[in-house]
This record gives sequence, structure tokens and C-alpha cells, in this order.
Amino acid sequence: MSAGQDWTTRTAAELADALAAGEVTSVELTQAHLDRIAAVDGSAIEGVHAFLHVDAEGALAAARASDERRAAGSPATFLDGVPIAVKDVLTTEGMPTTCGSRILEGWVPPYDATVVARLRAAGLPILGKTNMDEFAMGSSTEHSAYGPTRNPWDLERVPGGSGGGSAAAVAAYEAPLALGTDTGGSIRQPGAVTGTVGVKPTYGGVSRYGLVAMANSLDQVGPVTRTVLDAALLHELVGGHDPRDSTSVDQPLPDLVGAARKGATGDLSGLRVGVVTELQGEGYQAGVQARFTESLDLLVAAGAEVVEVSCPQFVHALAAYYVLMPSEASSNLAKFDAMRYGLRVLPEGVPDPSAEEVMRATRDAGFGDEVKRRIILGTYALSSGYYDAYYGQAQKVRTLISRDFEAAFAQVDVLVSPTSPTTAFRLGEKLDDPLAMYLNDLATIPANLAGVPGISVPAGLAEEDGLPVGFQVLAPALADDRLYRVGAALEAALHARWGGPLTPPELPAGLDRREGASA
Amino acid sequence: MSAATTTLVPFEDVLATYDPALGLEVHVELNSATKMFCGCPTEFGADPNTQVCPTCLGLPGAMPAVNRKAVESAIRIGLALNCEIAEWCRFARKNYFYPDMPKNFQTSQYDEPIAFEGWMDVTVPTEDGEVETYRVEIERAHMEEDTGKSLHVGTSGRIHGADYSLVDYNRAGIPLIEIVTKPIVGAGARAPEVAKAYVAQLRDLIVALGVSDARMDQGSIRADVNLSLAPKGSGVLGTRTETKNVNSLRSVERAVRHEMQRHAAILGGGGSILQETRHWHEDTGVTTSGREKSDAEDYRYFPEPDLVPVAPSREWVEELRGTLPENPTQRRARLQAEWGYSDLEMRDTVGAGALTLVEETIAAGTSPAAARKWWLSELARRANDAGVELPALGVTPTQVAAVQALVEGGSINDKLARQVFDGLIAGEGTPEEVVEKRGLAIVSDEGALSEAVDDAIAANPDVAAKIRDGKVAAAGALIGAVMKQMRGQADAGRVRELILEKLGS
Amino acid sequence: MPEIPGANGPDGQVAITREEVAHLADLARIDLSDAELDHLAPQLAVIVESVASISGVAGDDVPATSHPLPVTNVFREDVVVPGLTAAQALAAAPASEQQRFSVPRILGDEQ
Ligand SMILES: [Mg+2]
Ligand SMILES: [Zn+2]
Repeated sequence: MSAGQDWTTRTAAELADALAAGEVTSVELTQAHLDRIAAVDGSAIEGVHAFLHVDAEGALAAARASDERRAAGSPATFLDGVPIAVKDVLTTEGMPTTCGSRILEGWVPPYDATVVARLRAAGLPILGKTNMDEFAMGSSTEHSAYGPTRNPWDLERVPGGSGGGSAAAVAAYEAPLALGTDTGGSIRQPGAVTGTVGVKPTYGGVSRYGLVAMANSLDQVGPVTRTVLDAALLHELVGGHDPRDSTSVDQPLPDLVGAARKGATGDLSGLRVGVVTELQGEGYQAGVQARFTESLDLLVAAGAEVVEVSCPQFVHALAAYYVLMPSEASSNLAKFDAMRYGLRVLPEGVPDPSAEEVMRATRDAGFGDEVKRRIILGTYALSSGYYDAYYGQAQKVRTLISRDFEAAFAQVDVLVSPTSPTTAFRLGEKLDDPLAMYLNDLATIPANLAGVPGISVPAGLAEEDGLPVGFQVLAPALADDRLYRVGAALEAALHARWGGPLTPPELPAGLDRREGASA
Repeated sequence: MSAATTTLVPFEDVLATYDPALGLEVHVELNSATKMFCGCPTEFGADPNTQVCPTCLGLPGAMPAVNRKAVESAIRIGLALNCEIAEWCRFARKNYFYPDMPKNFQTSQYDEPIAFEGWMDVTVPTEDGEVETYRVEIERAHMEEDTGKSLHVGTSGRIHGADYSLVDYNRAGIPLIEIVTKPIVGAGARAPEVAKAYVAQLRDLIVALGVSDARMDQGSIRADVNLSLAPKGSGVLGTRTETKNVNSLRSVERAVRHEMQRHAAILGGGGSILQETRHWHEDTGVTTSGREKSDAEDYRYFPEPDLVPVAPSREWVEELRGTLPENPTQRRARLQAEWGYSDLEMRDTVGAGALTLVEETIAAGTSPAAARKWWLSELARRANDAGVELPALGVTPTQVAAVQALVEGGSINDKLARQVFDGLIAGEGTPEEVVEKRGLAIVSDEGALSEAVDDAIAANPDVAAKIRDGKVAAAGALIGAVMKQMRGQADAGRVRELILEKLGS
Repeated sequence: MPEIPGANGPDGQVAITREEVAHLADLARIDLSDAELDHLAPQLAVIVESVASISGVAGDDVPATSHPLPVTNVFREDVVVPGLTAAQALAAAPASEQQRFSVPRILGDEQ
């Protein structure tokens, strides 16, 4: 084990403490993570392939600036100097942003997303941009135009999606922290199958300005980390009101870090936990169900009261989601038309093509199959004659699902379920079977439809395949602190049982790191 | 059937067979400092692509934020048009692809406009000197955003036949209020005039509200003219055409007239009207076929998920109602009565754009007749010569009132007043300062005046003899001579008195 | 083919035809080849069939939710904020000329 890898296995909170204690510089630990990336990330052909772009120069410059601030006795924040990876769906000034799509290959935004600007202001060196399903459409990261990311627990398997790159980077110790985005589970589901912590904040809790929208009424930016405390630290850093996002909540965040610390003491007495009847049983892998039940027992042992709660309308969540999401996406993706930025493809064999013909040819060449499927589906659902039956109806289902949540939260403080019905599946297994792929988000989607927050916490490994399982906690809107309290308590109990966090197997190192290679 | 091959039916003959129905969609560009959904400036004529940001360029990730001022302007326009103001409404996305539209959807209001169900009374003069009033019903006034501007490069310079286009997005995102009428029926032969009068009065209203530059020549007011013909007395609505971007009042009238004649020709020949948009050609005065309105046109509207609903409180609406100016038509009638102007005098005053200037001059103490005299006969001519609008001439109502006070006080006369205006335009200070600097004050020194009269009598013995003989009318020649010697700076009445005194008449 | 819970089931009517998919691709300005149509159309038919299950779920008494949080009247003051320079705006343009975005000849009309 190299000296560098020492630092890469620490949590963000530990790194921040070490920086504060003068045990390490930001340059040293940023370099350690860059070395780790160079060793294990590889390319579309081999390795984890969590990164689409690594900005070593920029990250080290930010690290030097951080070290200078610290030397002057004025670090910007607690996390000043701790490096981070950012999902490639968030705009970064001067750094390529592709959304995993060919159509945006080489695009360098002239502006930072609000969350990215907050990271920079807080002093976190940005290591690079992480891989994702094209425009966040998918649950396996196989729909990236730049080749799939592989699960650090088993390189033959997917890391979940769409934020598989962020989850894999954190799981593989390439970054202590990452930002992801969650529209139907794209932070929590990859978190579950890579053994990392993923949080989808309350809708409006974190600014979406600079998040390249898939489905604006569902999208939310959130933290991807290895511990619940780290997630709380990152969440507090990037969250809070942003006047550039009219849907952002104009009130202070609850005390998330405090809740995580309180939860870590392991006392959940007085907490009422509801197990969602509709989010278990048939379709859920046995090993997933077993780890879920075990975690429930730990919550009870910590003093929580566990009851079963029914949310009958959740059975319609997936269908409503697959109407709303593609509808909004079909409109959002219309801007990729070869006129102002991105790819421009001239149709073959057409002399002097028109703007319309260039748009058609570019959008055909620039978008992958899943994106085309969803654009067409959304175009269909919004077209006159179908609007009421699909989009209008899906919005009503959304109301019904919110009512289910309201009724449930009248009885309990949090709701729980397995995060994902299965552990990580094999690369290619569901690639051309959209419905099978969509089922991965069965348990995560209701939270997006209702705007409530959710967390996925590693719950151990499934017996049948030895792969990570996630435990999901959902809380009422604006009560994100409850996620951290319950998540930290469960994490503490599990770590006590395991004797520390679970670590993935050693990865092959010394790979040839290349960017942009297509699978 | 193309326009070129359509022989138009004489206008008078159209009315024998058909009833026209009009519809007007007017887009008003607001004069807010910033765009509808971003903080970019809205100044006209800036260098291309210098008033843009991620939001109005439609860059991935950027989000809209609603301009409060634009919402206020929309509500004020709605109230001025006697509309109801929605208690709750939303923006929607109108999805269609077009290179001058950065997001390939327009953020607009769809089935929830901010203002709806209003009216405006439009007056049209008749041949016998009376006026006829038509109540134009307003269906809706809604908020939306403008598109960018394309420059078509190629031999034709028009969109069709261009080799390629160059797009400037400075205009993209500028707030627009689209005001849509219900079908206007019953105007008959007056349909073209009603259309023109409606747009003219709407423009006046917009000017009075101060919400737009209201320059049709710069496109800050743009009119789309819908027209259909129905068999006379049938009471139904025929198939309509929509003539886009008719950008002068005269063109509105001409376009309606042309479409009536063209529709009648097609219908009379057994043809049917194609529901389509048409292009107006200012130079030739005809419309040509544009885009067919087909089923394929499907805007896939849905509520804009990046914006929250607009729910103006009734308190806010009433507060804004309190800021409304007097309705321009009512204001004109009131002022005409107060000032005692004839219809012609009033029309000239309005036509010169001097209504407010005259009003303020009168408020500063000048008589209505004197105020009109200075603004219309003297200052309007100078503005015209200088090629500027009257308010831009550099003379204020307060100054005009001060000049008139000097005339009435006998310090200057009308002729000297004109020189005072020269000085005011040249920026030489207040009217009093100009009089002082230019030495324009009437000489009231009796000795000097008496001397000048004596000189004039001596130099014109024959004229003096006539006056002595009682031909008082001949005094004019001597007065002229005295005034000339005094360089105009004498009170002509006093000169006359002195002459008559000295010649014993 | 796994089923989405609550879906119509495999015996339900195919809700979307190949021709419809071609028309929708046209509306969405995507030049799908015949091979792509052959591939995508049946998948879309299955998806549409599955999501059609929501059609009877909520009645007229259920209001639509367009935003998860019931917030209204979020406004920005009418104050200019710095945007991009023309150079920044045009930096990523596939083609530009005279400080404008250069686009191929436009066939259709403005709306
Ligand atoms: Mg419009
Ligand atoms: Zn802008």
C-alpha cells in the first residue's frame, strides 16, 4: 500500500481533521487521489472508468490555494482542501461537461453550476467529472456514450446509474466525496449497489442551477460519500437557497451535521419507523431482503419502534414517472440542435442541407438509444390528444403518492425500504431491455415524485453474490435531518458489527488511463 | 393559389357578399431594464450577442427567474384593458424547433393567461365628421419571451433563398405581452379602419402606461392580423388567415383591406381559404403564403417546471390599479372640454405628439390658446426641421410658460420670443437668461423711444403729413421704421401712441 | 419481459405503431433510420402499454401536482446582472460570423 492510498481510504471528515491538524496538505491528499485515479480508473476498455475527465492541474492549483489559506490561518470551510468529484451533468466553467453524451462532446461551459461555485468557494479541489448514463437516463451507467463505469466490487458488474461514475469513484477510493443527481434514484441506487452513502435532498433543498436538466420537477443534486457524516457535511456545504433556481426552498437547512453526530451515538429511542409494505417482497432479491430485515432489527435495538405502513398508490409510481420524466426530458433536450454549441453533423448525401436537416442528422447521431426512446416517449405523452391521458394523469398520480406520504408520515417519523430490489447486475444484462432496467428504481422513484428526501446507507453484502445492499430511509419534505440521524445510527450499529466499514476487493492497478475512448 | 395570380375583388364589392371578421394579436415588447427570465439588459441596437447569458442563450443547465417588473407591467396592461387578473396562473413551454429560439421552446403562458376577458372602445371617424365607437373584446393578455434575430445571408436577403443565417440572441428573452382580441365582427366596410384604430389606440394606451417604447418601426409593437370572411348575414365565422408582423399603422389597414379583397376573390371563384400564416409585403402591399396551420403543428404545451405559479394577491392588483393613467380616449375628451379646443385643434395637438406638453404648459399658467400657439406653430416646426420628436427638442413646458409670461408682462414680444426659443434650444439657460444674454428686452426708456420716433418722423415727412391729415392707418410705416431702429426691442403699442401724440392725431 | 406493477399486462393493445413512432421522431427532429425504427418501435410500444396503466387511477376530483412544493410568486428584481461576453457566448458555436451564430439556411417560418 502506497502512502497515497493511506489518505484515499480516509473519510472526508478525517481528511479535514488531518488538514486542520497539519498532518497533511491539500496538495498531498489531492495528489494521492489523482494517483489513485491514475492507477485504477483505466478507460472505457478496462478499470473502473469512473471519470470522463480528470483535471489534475486545476485540482492541484485549488489545493495549493487551499494550503495557502490554511497556512494563513483562514481556511474557507471545514472541508477546505478536501478533494471532490463532480457528476458530468453539472456545469463547470472551463472544464468539459458532456452529460455522458456524444452531442456535448468537447463542450466547455462558460459558467459554473451554483453547487460547483459553492464547492470552489468552500475550497474543495475538483478532481474531475464523473461518468453517467447519457443525460442521466439509465440505471447502470452503460448508457454513457463514453463507455460504462464498472462496479469496484466486481468489475464485471454495473455500478448502478445514472450516477455510477460518482458512486464508483467514491467506492474505489478515487475521491472521498462526490456530487450526484437523483431524478428517480440516480444517487441512491448506485449508492446501494456500490456500498456507498447517497442522499437525495428534499426537492428544492439544493440548487439545480447549472444541473443539465433531465426532468426539472424531479431532479435534485446530492452528496455521494462513504459515511453518513461526510454526506451531511457536503449537503450543508452545497445546499440552501439560490435565487437563480426559482424552485429552491427559501429557508435555512436543518442541522444536518448535528443530526448525523447525534445519530452516531446510536440512540433512536422514541423514533417511529414505518416499513413500506409496497416496497418489499416479490421482485426483491432474497439477500437484499435479508440485509434489510437485519438492519431493521438494529434500528429496533437502538430504540426505534418499527411498524408496517401501506402506501397503496406507490404501485403507480413507476408508470407515472415514466410519463413525467420523458415528457420533461423531451423538451429539455430540444436545445441540443447543432446551432449554438455541441455536435453538428451534416446529413450524408444531402447537398446544401437546411438547418432542419442538420438538426435531425445531429440529433440522430448525437443521442444514444435510451435518450431517443425517452424523447419519443415524452413527445408522445405531451402531444395533443394524449396529454390528459398521460401527462395530466401522471401529475394526478403524483398527488396521490404525496397523499400516501402525508398519511404515512402522520403515523411514523421515517419510512424505510431496500434501496434497490437487487444487487448490481452484470454489464450488458439489461442493456436492451428498457423495462427491466426501469424496475431498478422501483423503490426510489416515489420520493422524487413527492419531493421528499431519501438516503441510501450500505447495509452489508447479499449472501448469494457478496455484493453490496442499500437500506433506504425516507423523511418528510424539509426534514432531511431525520435521514442523517437514522442513517448514522444504522451505520454505527453496522460498523460495530463488521468491525469497521466494508471495503471492496483490491482493484487491478497500473492501468492505462485514457479519456474519451468509446466502448 | 398564389397571391400573384389572384385578381383582387374591388373593396366595395366584398361587402356586398361577405361579412368580415377581424382578429388582432399584438405583441408588446416591455421596456423593463432586464429580460423576462434573466438579468440581461434589453437595450435596442447593441452589438450582436453582447446582451446574453446562459439563461437567454439556452445553455444546458441554466434556469429562468421571473422579472417582477414584467409581471407588474402585464397586470397594468391587463387592468387598462378592463381585463380580469388571474388569481393563479403559470408559465408553460411551447415546444417547437427554430434556430432563433435558444431552447427550442418558448416560455409563454398557455391556458392560464395573467389577464383575460377585457375590452377596449375604439373610435373611428365617419365621413360626416362624427365618430363611431366599436367595442373590441380582449380575449387575453399573456406574458412570454421574444426570440433572437436572424440575418439571412445570400442573394435574396430574405429567409427563403438564403444560403445561411446569422443569429443574434440579444433580443431573445425580452419580455413580451401578447394581447389577443376576440373576433371583431360587425365592422363591415370599416374593418380596415377599425383594425388600424385599435392598434393606434392600444399603442397610445401602452405609451400612457409607460411600459414599452411602443415603437412599431423598431418592432417593440408588432401586430398579427387575422381575417376571415363569412357569407353576408350568415352569422358564422369563415376560415381565417393570419398575416404576421404588420409593422405600421398604415400597413395594418392595408393588410386587412388586401386580405378582404383576396379572400373574396378566392371564395367568389369557388375556392376555399387555406388556414395559414401569411407574410405582409410593405413595398407591394400584398400578402404571400407562409406556413400552413396543419395537424402536424403540435406545440406539446406543459407547465414550465423550472418556474413556480404566479398568484398576484388582490392587494397587489389594486395597488397596481392605483398606478393606472387615465384612459387616453377619456383624457382627450376631458382636456378638449377644459381647453375649449375645436376638434381640428385637438387633432393637430394630438397628432403633433404635443398633448402632454400643452397640458403641462397650461398647468404652469399659460392660456390654452398660447400654449397651443407656441407648441404647434413654433416648436413643432423646429422639431420637424431638426428631425426629432417634440419632447426631444430641448424646450420644456415650464420654459414655454415662462416665455409667455415675459410676453404678457411686456418684456418681450412674440417676435423676440422666437429668438428666446433659439437660445433655449442652444442651451443658453433660462428664458430670462437668454433675454439678458442676447439683449432682447423691450426698451422702455421713453427718451430713447421718443428720439427714435422723432427720427422716423423726420425721415418720412410725407408719411407724417398723411397722419397729420387723419390717415391714422399710415402709422404702420412709421412704427416699422421705429421698430427697425430699435432692433425690434420696443413695445409696438407704445410706439404707435407716441407717433400719434407727436403728430397730433 | 418483466412487468411494471399495475401495468395492463401483455394482452393489452399495442398503443403505439411504427408509423406513430416515425411521426414522433419527426416532431422531435430525430432522423431515425429504418433499422432504428424497427428496433425502437416495439420497445416503445411495450413501454407505452405499461405506462398506460395510470389512465384510470385518478379521477377528476384529484388535482394535478406540477411542483412538489406548493410555492408561488418567486420573482427577480428588474436589475441588470453581468452576463457573458460575445466571445464567451460564441466560443462553443459550431460556426460563427460577424459576431453571430452561423446556422444553415432555415426552411420553415417563424411561429
Ligand atoms: Mg405568442
Ligand atoms: Zn440573459
